[in-house]
Amino acid sequence: MNNIVIVGAGEAGGRAAIALRDGGYTGRLALIGEEVHAPYERPPLSKAAIVEPDEPRPTTISGGDRLGELDIERMTDVAVAAIERAERTLALSDGRRLGYDALILATGARARSLNLPGGEHALTLRSFEDAQRLRERIRAAERVIVIGGGLIGLELAAAARTLRREVTVLEADTRLLRRSTPEILASAVEARHVREGVEIAKGVRIERIDPRGRGFVVHSSLGSREADLVVGGIGALPRTELAVAAGLAVENGILVDAQLRTSDPDILAVGDCANFPHPLYPGRRMRLEAWRHAFASGAHAAQTLLGGDDAYAALPWFWSDQYDLTLQIVGLVEAGEAIVARELGDGATLLFHLDRDGRLVAAAGLGTIERIGKEIKLAERLIGRRASQSAAALADPGVNLKRLL
Amino acid sequence: MAEWIDACAKDDIDAEDVMRFDHGGKTYAIYRSPDGEFFATDGLCTHEKIHLAGGLVMDDIIECPKHNGRFNYKTGVAKGAPVCVNLATYPVRVQGDRVLIEI
Repeated sequence: MNNIVIVGAGEAGGRAAIALRDGGYTGRLALIGEEVHAPYERPPLSKAAIVEPDEPRPTTISGGDRLGELDIERMTDVAVAAIERAERTLALSDGRRLGYDALILATGARARSLNLPGGEHALTLRSFEDAQRLRERIRAAERVIVIGGGLIGLELAAAARTLRREVTVLEADTRLLRRSTPEILASAVEARHVREGVEIAKGVRIERIDPRGRGFVVHSSLGSREADLVVGGIGALPRTELAVAAGLAVENGILVDAQLRTSDPDILAVGDCANFPHPLYPGRRMRLEAWRHAFASGAHAAQTLLGGDDAYAALPWFWSDQYDLTLQIVGLVEAGEAIVARELGDGATLLFHLDRDGRLVAAAGLGTIERIGKEIKLAERLIGRRASQSAAALADPGVNLKRLL
Repeated sequence: MAEWIDACAKDDIDAEDVMRFDHGGKTYAIYRSPDGEFFATDGLCTHEKIHLAGGLVMDDIIECPKHNGRFNYKTGVAKGAPVCVNLATYPVRVQGDRVLIEI
């Protein structure tokens, strides 16, 4: 193999490129990205990039110009128009054509747009430029309406509130964070927002968004609300158009096997756009929009192309920062049937999710990072052990989780 | 001018654990290895300035509580992404039941 092309220059694509070189691959390596930046970390975009007084700059993955040093051919500001699998060739948006021996799709996800009249007025967050725009607009606003009480919506609400803006969150569901977070912790997150002065309304049906003056009016089942800025945070959709057009198997993401190969063995998929099986959770498939998965699946695809046969087994893990609270969830909450709570002091809580055999399959923590960081890392190791755990020991904060390993 | 500072008692830190120590406007992390030796590094992760004392010590490694940043606390060497900048380390001396660091 002497010609590898990676489509998508985010964390997953960039990490795949670095891992290929670190693993000894010396052939041609091209990294195609629509963005002008070197691959950068996205987690700060909804947090520090908005609230920090200094103008944000993209945080390049691996720091500095590692990609430049590794002889990776970065093609920016260009998109892939089509994958011609029979010829193992990419058609680029500028008319060029690019052959490959192996292709890694790291096309990511796009923010879901509001499908209602005036939905285009709601700003969404995906790229560094989106964050810059939100930063400016939040700072210029007095009143901000956030549509969607998921992670991105709540992080942006917390950021806007930290900047002392009037903030309202409108959520269609009857609870916040349904897709990602156990209800007990979601309620605690909600209570914190309310204490900070954010107005939260659930079960709200948005009807339309009208421009008015320099701002907007959001019409909903709650009535009409004015705001200087409307933010949309209603989830993301995997970017699978190229894969679909090329006839790859796609179902909520590009379907890959345990080694991250798509239905075409010369093509792999990683990061937000991939739908993968996990050895710890047999019988399930998952698609994750999270930093660790992007990082780890990118690196794993490199190992597969370098001849590895291991199953991709990084545990799902994400964090969210809102005010001084950190939410961290490791494992797969929906694989659990029982919950054991461990109270860590200062209102911090760790929830253990056990399957029907008493095996730990997920842990979810909410509190300051000092309270929950170490415990979550230990819980992650316990999940990896696949051993049954005593509920009493898990619930007792006096029992050091390290002793259960 | 480096000087030896009394940071804590030996018993303040369990084996294979870490604690925070603030001095002179700076923050440090003091470690006790599984075999009972003491070590000291800068207190903040080089990735996003999080206190490492909230992290997890396993063998020779401190893992930042926030992300995946891992360092060898004996040498300060960063063990891979997202951290790419090493941690500063400081000499440590045990005197009686006290732990001293040279800063």
